[in-house]
Amino acid sequence: MAVKHPYAITLDVGTSRVNHTGSWRTLRPEYVDRLPPCNAACPAGEDIQGWLSHAEAGDYEQAFRALTANNPLPAIMGRVCYHPCEGACNRAQIDEAVGINAVERFLGDLAIEKGWGFAAPDKDTGKKVLVVGAGPAGLSAAYHLRRLGHAVTIREAGPLAGGMMRFGIPKYRLPRRIIDAEVARITAMGVTLTLNDKVDDIEKAMTAGGFDAAFLAVGAHIAKHAYIPAAGAAKVLDAVSLLRSMEGEEPPLLGRKVVVYGGGNTALDVARTAKRLGAEEAIIVYRRTREKMPAHDFELEEALDEGISMKWLSTIKNVDGGVMQIEKMKLDDKGFPQPTGEYETLEADSLVLALGQDVDLSLLDKCPGIEIENGVVKVAPNMMTGRQGVFAGGDMAPSERTVTVAVGHGKKAARHIDAYLRGADTPSTEKHGLASFDRLNTWYYEDAPATVRPMITAARRINTFDEVVGGLDETNALYEARRCLSCGNCFECDNCYGVCPDNAVIKLGPGNRFRIDYDYCKGCGLCAAECPCGAIDMVPEQL
Amino acid sequence: MSEAPRSMETVQKLKFYQKGTHTVGNRLISEAERNVQASIERSNSLTCGHRACQGCGEALGARYAIDAAMRAANNQLIAVNATGCLEVFTTPYPETSWQMPWLHSLFGNAAAVATGVAAAMRVTGKPQVRTVAQGGDGGTTDIGFGCLSGMFERNDDVLYICYDNEGYMNTGVQRSSATPPAARTATTPTLGTEPGNVFGTGKFVPKIAVAHDIPYVATASVADLHDLEAKVTRAMSFQGARYIHINVPCPLGWGASSGDTIKLARLAIETGLFPVFEAEHGRITQVRKIRKRAPVTDYLKLQKRYAHLFKGGVPDPRVARIQAMADRNIADYGLVEA
Ligand SMILES: Cc1cc2nc3c(=O)[nH]c(=O)nc-3n(C[C@H](O)[C@H](O)[C@H](O)COP(=O)(O)OP(=O)(O)OC[C@H]3O[C@@H](n4cnc5c(N)ncnc54)[C@H](O)[C@@H]3O)c2cc1C
Ligand code: SF4
Ligand code: SF4
Repeated sequence: MAVKHPYAITLDVGTSRVNHTGSWRTLRPEYVDRLPPCNAACPAGEDIQGWLSHAEAGDYEQAFRALTANNPLPAIMGRVCYHPCEGACNRAQIDEAVGINAVERFLGDLAIEKGWGFAAPDKDTGKKVLVVGAGPAGLSAAYHLRRLGHAVTIREAGPLAGGMMRFGIPKYRLPRRIIDAEVARITAMGVTLTLNDKVDDIEKAMTAGGFDAAFLAVGAHIAKHAYIPAAGAAKVLDAVSLLRSMEGEEPPLLGRKVVVYGGGNTALDVARTAKRLGAEEAIIVYRRTREKMPAHDFELEEALDEGISMKWLSTIKNVDGGVMQIEKMKLDDKGFPQPTGEYETLEADSLVLALGQDVDLSLLDKCPGIEIENGVVKVAPNMMTGRQGVFAGGDMAPSERTVTVAVGHGKKAARHIDAYLRGADTPSTEKHGLASFDRLNTWYYEDAPATVRPMITAARRINTFDEVVGGLDETNALYEARRCLSCGNCFECDNCYGVCPDNAVIKLGPGNRFRIDYDYCKGCGLCAAECPCGAIDMVPEQL
Repeated sequence: MSEAPRSMETVQKLKFYQKGTHTVGNRLISEAERNVQASIERSNSLTCGHRACQGCGEALGARYAIDAAMRAANNQLIAVNATGCLEVFTTPYPETSWQMPWLHSLFGNAAAVATGVAAAMRVTGKPQVRTVAQGGDGGTTDIGFGCLSGMFERNDDVLYICYDNEGYMNTGVQRSSATPPAARTATTPTLGTEPGNVFGTGKFVPKIAVAHDIPYVATASVADLHDLEAKVTRAMSFQGARYIHINVPCPLGWGASSGDTIKLARLAIETGLFPVFEAEHGRITQVRKIRKRAPVTDYLKLQKRYAHLFKGGVPDPRVARIQAMADRNIADYGLVEA
């Protein structure tokens, strides 16, 4: 240095940045992405946190695109999905779960209104895949296969697409124009759909059409029958045919007093449908208790609100004309209903059996290698049946039998079919660790401004009745999306950037998140402790 | 909406949270509405390479406060620093962490030096250049107290910021008049019948500052950046003497984990032990309400300086006395929403 130092001074002054305090560190912060519990719980494998983050910013089209990367049927989902995501949502531990399903419906409806479509694939692979059945599993598989560039044909036995969504789920929960719109969006990608085109023999169908692979999704449509001795002019129907006939010209005649036998969602739908058809009384007879009922509690509540009555712990012994013998049951130690020998009678104009459905597997009769277990087709973890190149999913495979599981099966099968057709390894399904509640610092999520609240409470109440009442409007959908905590995934709140006493967090700008400057990070752990969503881990430094 | 509006009362009871409202930044609001600390443009007045301990609340509080003051003064700011941790860890010769004009003189005269700096700026025709003085609790509540009171009394155009970490930390954790009762320090060891600092001594300087009727007095915390930045900005809008007292946890002196600094500051507020308020011209004008009230044990148990209160699993009666102090603050300042 040319500058002469003052008396007793030997060093040049300068910035403390020459002092690399990073050497003090024993723990290092690392940015991570964790799997939000909602995503983990979604049977269709949606990236809920991801699409909510676009919705939060008011970019609904981007939200719709992110959502449909996994599930092509948001408007349907937003009405009939039993939203296990909300059951898992971390926010429920603060106040109430995020209304994921309601936002999904808002996005689905908006997409229909705005005519947002799916792009056809850039490149065709030249491979042909046959999809049997246009229910949610088939539609989902077709969509994903088409996106991957394969030529897809769906053959559907019925007169219209949708499967049980159209011929099972009643209109008051799922308007048919919604199914039409979401199916049309898939066929517009270049998926061929042929109606009234039942596949009787899968082997023949594949050879005749020159298909390289097939995805079977024929559902479960054969009503189960309990043996109930019937005499006189008893009117006994099954739930599936009854609901199916609702799609016809003539509404079925059920009479003034209708008894439904069963305890699942179908029983509730039938009873509620009977009410809407004008029955004065609709009674559900179920052999176990409310707690043991497979139907969802909210559906039961809705039914009870509509005046449906329940007869718990009861079985129907026989039917004679309009009179039924009912035997009272009691639960044994294991929770199974046991007869008590006590009887009563119940009068009704008709009896509807809602005891579940079996799968019609006749199309597989000539197919080698297929294995059937508990009435459904056995599939490998990659959804392939025992027959090479033939995959299956939805209600006909082992499944919880919901629309969402069916969609998830369709997606999963599509990815594996794609891998099979390309001769590639099965796609990796490795997942991030769970973004559990204890990783969050919920302090930072605050009450809403008072002005928004009255609107949102009203909307949330409507939402409790889900599909029966309307959806959210833009204001409250946006609000609801913003309630998401972004569990396990950085939402660029700048906390880490702010709270570092050493300026050792570098902000990379919108969308690019942050980087730790390890030259100066002393490893205090404040960023990790104060990250609201648990997106920073403190990892021991290798010394 | 077709249904009748709910009464405000029921509405208020419902809790709805909105994403990231309390975070440093929020990508959902406009750049201009965000905190200084959220911005890439922040001045980083106190930059990296300083020698503060891991998780130092004072280093954090100083950057928060000075960056906000820099913005409010269009970067035309001079800082005068009392002796103390902040001075020692930022300026071991020949290095400095300050990216702004910064002066150090003695332990006790920061307020007086700042008075001189402000006067110099005035007489040299640079009224736009503003002055802050800063120090720890030692330099403020003990050693520099006379100069501080004089600066208040003369209403000099200085913003004095005290970073209160409740003791003389860099010299080996000795008691100051801001050390709370029962806290263990090197000079208040955990010996005898009343281990730790005694009850009933010390002073709370913000109250004394208010008594000077100066234009602006506030308390703030590193746990509430929004509040802190708003207060610094408000303080900078006044001419005359202003005082801000910031609670800055000290992992070393308090015997706490370095990652708990902000949590401790938060608990100091939420227990009521550190009242956060604002006063103008001698009158309290605003009080920050407790959001989620916590018992003092939540706060005390995270710190080794209070470990002697929880020995042997028997509740020490002095915990109840500390709780009573918090309760008194809550009552005196109205810290809980009625
Ligand atoms: C009354 C009722 C209400 C329900 N409510 C809900 C609900 O609210 N939420 C929910 O998640 N789930 C609900 N479910 C369950 C849900 O509908 C089914 O799990 C889901 O539709 C199964 O989808 P899938 O694609 O496997 O089969 P399906 O939807 O049954 O579709 C199969 C399709 O394949 C066609 N097909 C059958 N055989 C052939 C063949 N040989 N060749 C060509 N095509 C063929 C059928 O015509 C049908 O269109 C309900 C079910 C019922 C019965
Ligand atoms: S808060 Fe958001 S990310 Fe977390 S579980 Fe709920 S919806 Fe998912
Ligand atoms: S603190 Fe905020 S900005 Fe930093 S990683 Fe966590 S979410 Fe992202």
